Amino acid sequence: MSQHEDAEIVHFDNVGLRYGTEKEVLTDISFTLYSGRFYFLTGASGAGKTSMLKLLYLAQRPSRGLIRMFGTDAITLPRDRLPGFRRRLGVVFQDFRLVPHLSAFDNVALPLRVAGVPESDIIKPVTDMLEWVELGDRSHARPASLSGGEQQRVAIARAVIGRPDMLVADEPTGNVDPDMAEKLLRLFEALNRLGTTVVVATHDVHLIRKVPESLIMRLDKGRLSDPTGALRYPPRRQTSTLRPERAGA
Amino acid sequence: MNMFEMFTGSLREELRERRGAEARLLPQGKLSGPMPWVIAIMIGLTVVASASGLALRKTANAASADVAGGVTVQIVNGSPRERDRQAQEALAALQGASGVASVRIVPQKELDALVEPWLGTTVGDDVNALPIPALIDVRLAGNANKAAVAALRQQIAARAPDARVDAQASWLAPVFEAIGALQLLAGGLIALLAFATVATVLLASRNALSNHRNTIEIVHMLGGTDAQIARIFQRSMAVDAAAGGIGGLLLGVVTIGLLGRQFAALGSGMMTAGSLGYTDWLLICCIPVAGVLLAVLTARLSVLNALKGML
Repeated sequence: MSQHEDAEIVHFDNVGLRYGTEKEVLTDISFTLYSGRFYFLTGASGAGKTSMLKLLYLAQRPSRGLIRMFGTDAITLPRDRLPGFRRRLGVVFQDFRLVPHLSAFDNVALPLRVAGVPESDIIKPVTDMLEWVELGDRSHARPASLSGGEQQRVAIARAVIGRPDMLVADEPTGNVDPDMAEKLLRLFEALNRLGTTVVVATHDVHLIRKVPESLIMRLDKGRLSDPTGALRYPPRRQTSTLRPERAGA
Repeated sequence: MNMFEMFTGSLREELRERRGAEARLLPQGKLSGPMPWVIAIMIGLTVVASASGLALRKTANAASADVAGGVTVQIVNGSPRERDRQAQEALAALQGASGVASVRIVPQKELDALVEPWLGTTVGDDVNALPIPALIDVRLAGNANKAAVAALRQQIAARAPDARVDAQASWLAPVFEAIGALQLLAGGLIALLAFATVATVLLASRNALSNHRNTIEIVHMLGGTDAQIARIFQRSMAVDAAAGGIGGLLLGVVTIGLLGRQFAALGSGMMTAGSLGYTDWLLICCIPVAGVLLAVLTARLSVLNALKGML
């Protein structure tokens, strides 16, 4: 576990989100995420998982409520400070969002190049990461020539290459075979052990059960199902009685 | 290697690397399509308009300097004897007048040469039989303004009652007005071309932003700054504008050369006075540089403005 364990990393207070004049897709969302934890965000299709993740990776401002990230009010954060915050996040998009004209190598290297990492310090970690996700021989391939599963692995490699403080993944194993899903989950766990807070949106119960130490946030029709308030006011030291939604329970 | 060289060397290396890394974010060379051709035409037209404006200014300046202190006295009298007498009287009066730098009676040969194109000199013509006024060419020390001309007129009126005194500049006033209007036209054209260039670059930037919106959003989500994205577009626009600028300059210079040859063939002193000097050519060579700067600045501002709309 990281030395930063139990430091508050994200805090939502009474957050609501609506698109245009439609009714709210997220209502009264309140929770706190702590550094070094592994969270699953689950719920049926249309429950608001992707909208919630958008708020988490700062792609969307809420319609109401307060969001604090890394100790700073994210709602009133000036626009020119957003890039600095986003560089602390790793995001796996549901639709991968790879850059079509870039090779797998260049897509994975993108966060490092954006952050201004020297080219000489990019080649080895990117090559290693591509080897790890078993795409070493496809490093020059463009996204259009990769299968859905391969694209997903490139997207995951891109999200974790910069060792983010928080990894947000939207259905990260949806297009890969069970063995690769297991392997990617082990990668997330390894990152989590190094101190990265991991938030994975999924409706795959089997996947959730494979990380017994994880905490679960369940969304139901845009509301967070949190009967005990464990997520809202998590204790410093977790005990089994205060983790009613422990994975595998 | 001293410390300064080490510092500048590492800075160059870092900048080169950063440019290379950023250049990979968006496909290069496909942002603006026909932009180099459009800019080449704009720059070419600006070069021709500027050269015309500069040549007209030089022509006007040279003509103005020639006639600034010039006054012509005409003795209009039908009798050759009386005409000559009044001319001599006027000459004597003017030679002692204050503010007169030089004065001379235009010789008959020069007068004949002046009227030759209209009256002819073929055998049998008797030019001297025509009542052509005697001319006195006066150079003043200062400008031939209304007050100076009136003073001269008063000084010779008693001794040469048939004298007509005119500032030479007044005869060329319509020419100067025409040249001034042409200069304004050239300036207006340059302003319009600059405006058209800005509008074209704005459209190209917006088009490129629209084409690459997804990539830009991804780069944004990964922590890319507006300045990083704007630099990519600026660089692409700079390359296009530089290529167009060089082409346009060549096009413009060739056109100026051809026009210059045509005007030189007229053999007019006024046209010769309008030929471009080193400073003029230097100014003309600055036009593509100004074009590139204008295009880059426009691209930067339009991209930054569009990015403000993204979270």
